[in-house]
Amino acid sequence: MTSLAEYRRNRELAANLVLRELRSRYKRTALGYGWSLLNPLAAVAIYGVVFSVFLKVAPPVGDPSGLDSFVLFLVCGLLPWNYFANVTNASLDVLLANANLIRKVYFPRELLVASVTGALLVTYLVELVVLVVILVSVGSMVLPWIPVLLLLVVIQTLLVLGVGLALSVCNVYFRDVKHFMALVLMALFYSVPVVYPVSLVPKERTVLGVEVPVRFLYELNPLVRMVECFRAVLYDLRFPPLGTFAYFTVSALVCFAGGLALFRRLDRRLAEEV
Amino acid sequence: MSRPAVVVDGVSKRYRLYHERNQSLKATVLRRRRARYEEFWALSDVSFEIAPGRTFGLIGENGSGKSTLLKCLARILRPERGTVTVDGRLSALLELGAGFHPELSGRENVYLNGAILGLSRRDLDARFDDIVAFSGLEHFIDTPVKGYSSGMYVRLGFAVAINVEPEVLLVDEVLAVGDAEFQQRCAEKFDELRRAGRTIVIVTHAMDSIRNLCDEVALLEHGTLRALGPAATVINDYEDSVHANRRADGVGWRWGTGEAEIERVEFLDATGRAVTHVRTGDPLVVRVHLAAAEPIEQPVLGLGVHTLDGVQVTGPNLREAGLVPDRFVGRGHIDHRIPRVPLLPGTYDFSALLYDYTITRAVDARIRAFRFDVIHGDPAEEHGVVTLGGTWDLAGLADGR
Ligand SMILES: Nc1ncnc2c1ncn2[C@@H]1O[C@H](COP(=O)(O)OP(=O)(O)OP(=O)(O)O)[C@@H](O)[C@H]1O
Ligand SMILES: [Mg+2]
Repeated sequence: MTSLAEYRRNRELAANLVLRELRSRYKRTALGYGWSLLNPLAAVAIYGVVFSVFLKVAPPVGDPSGLDSFVLFLVCGLLPWNYFANVTNASLDVLLANANLIRKVYFPRELLVASVTGALLVTYLVELVVLVVILVSVGSMVLPWIPVLLLLVVIQTLLVLGVGLALSVCNVYFRDVKHFMALVLMALFYSVPVVYPVSLVPKERTVLGVEVPVRFLYELNPLVRMVECFRAVLYDLRFPPLGTFAYFTVSALVCFAGGLALFRRLDRRLAEEV
Repeated sequence: MSRPAVVVDGVSKRYRLYHERNQSLKATVLRRRRARYEEFWALSDVSFEIAPGRTFGLIGENGSGKSTLLKCLARILRPERGTVTVDGRLSALLELGAGFHPELSGRENVYLNGAILGLSRRDLDARFDDIVAFSGLEHFIDTPVKGYSSGMYVRLGFAVAINVEPEVLLVDEVLAVGDAEFQQRCAEKFDELRRAGRTIVIVTHAMDSIRNLCDEVALLEHGTLRALGPAATVINDYEDSVHANRRADGVGWRWGTGEAEIERVEFLDATGRAVTHVRTGDPLVVRVHLAAAEPIEQPVLGLGVHTLDGVQVTGPNLREAGLVPDRFVGRGHIDHRIPRVPLLPGTYDFSALLYDYTITRAVDARIRAFRFDVIHGDPAEEHGVVTLGGTWDLAGLADGR
């Protein structure tokens, strides 16, 4: 089969799988797609109360947007984080959930991870649209930044796909990767500037008499850069610092290539192991 | 000859048999590697080609590697060694179910499965009605497939697999689940595909359907190719070998007082040679070997012939024939001569029963203990269990000749 025909066929299949994912996700729930918006709303309400009312974290003022709202500050970081976390969780399950399909028919199995990512991307885009509408309605003119926002979403999608591909196939061989990742995600959430600004992380700190470059280490995490990028565009209304943007982009590409390579390697015996 | 539709070249497939199914990181870290496993070659060095337009059968005992081979053909499994080349669009129906998603409706699954098999949405729209009609599930198409019976599952899966118009169709063992009407429809569809020059690979234990459907058959034994050739030859070899084992195992039931014994039953052809199968219409002698240590008065020998489904075809005995011997002692045999075997192709179980004259007390009853095959002969009828040996007369037609 020519690769063009194969490509077209796979695209069609991917679209189908995404649709199936969207349909089955909220099948037989009263709220249906409503759940996909309710979840982030609830998170915003909870974190909003805890961090701005109880803990009184002061949001930085958006520069040059002039925004000064903890809830908006939170949401601008929370939505990208949620996309990452949701894809991670969904990827851990997707191969086992589709064991029946994997054992019975041939198709490129990467498409399964791509399909859950695609379905979550749809939800994510809807959330971003809602956020953009809110930002505009409070007078923050985010519309000109939408192309940059979309570029960031594309880069982020490469990153989450890479992570998802790697984790999905690892979880088939070691079933406790899933439980392990639940812990990792919890730790990661607080090591990423979603509920607090980066400025709260000290530049340096002396631990046991040794000078530790805390902020430098902190920013090695690509997810930190990811949140910084999104926040720059959505909250501050400016292009992310070039270094941060470049770091984010390169790590996303590396992640994608690495994840795909690992997946392709371990996928040989997938039909026997699921 | 044109390019073969399927080339299997030196294919070997290894499975890992895990001793403890403990796929945890802890176990791995402790042992510094993954769970211990044994290697098991489910296929070793299998090679053959299938010409386009052929219907190819794969037979062999349970666990001989048929499904594994089919999955290698379908690219679901990747062989450790060797290559598989399939020329043209491939569609596979493997074991139960076609990879349906239980929560989705039949309709949604048809679209999904169609997409996996390479159909575009437009193609599917065009064929949807055919698919549903073929499956006969009009009333259930919008309910989730998890509520389907296994037969319904197969019907829908098969309807999709066949309607993508594959150039190569792989079918594993599934058709047996369908009811008689559906099997008939499948047989017609196979015929249609064959006439359209499509290549079909079938795995089944139903020797009759293999015999009827296939041009060529491959016999697998413990993952190696034991025989390859025309259907009739390979199947006969296979059945002979199976029957040789089966006799040794001794099937059926046995009871009786034991005063005398039915030692064995032989089937002899016209030349007096012992055979394990016969053609419809050929002569056959059923020879029952008896032994009695003590004399036994007026013994009645009866025979029974059953189909594998348990339907009794016939049951002649000496008393009804008016030939009861006065007494019998020592060893000897009784022949039952059948001038033309009226049984149609299939497998039959013979019983031999030795009774006292009143037929109330069994001396030795060996029920369905002797298995026997009938293969195609003359007349070449297919349906039912026996031929009545009737002839046709067309003289009554207007232009009858
Ligand atoms: N996923 C697996 N992991 C380990 N061993 C397997 C696996 N699948 C099959 N096997 C082994 O491989 C051998 C061949 O299995 P296969 O399913 O191909 O047999 P088969 O010829 O289709 O048998 P049947 O007539 O029962 O369908 C069997 O011994 C089986 O135990
Ligand atoms: Mg099998």
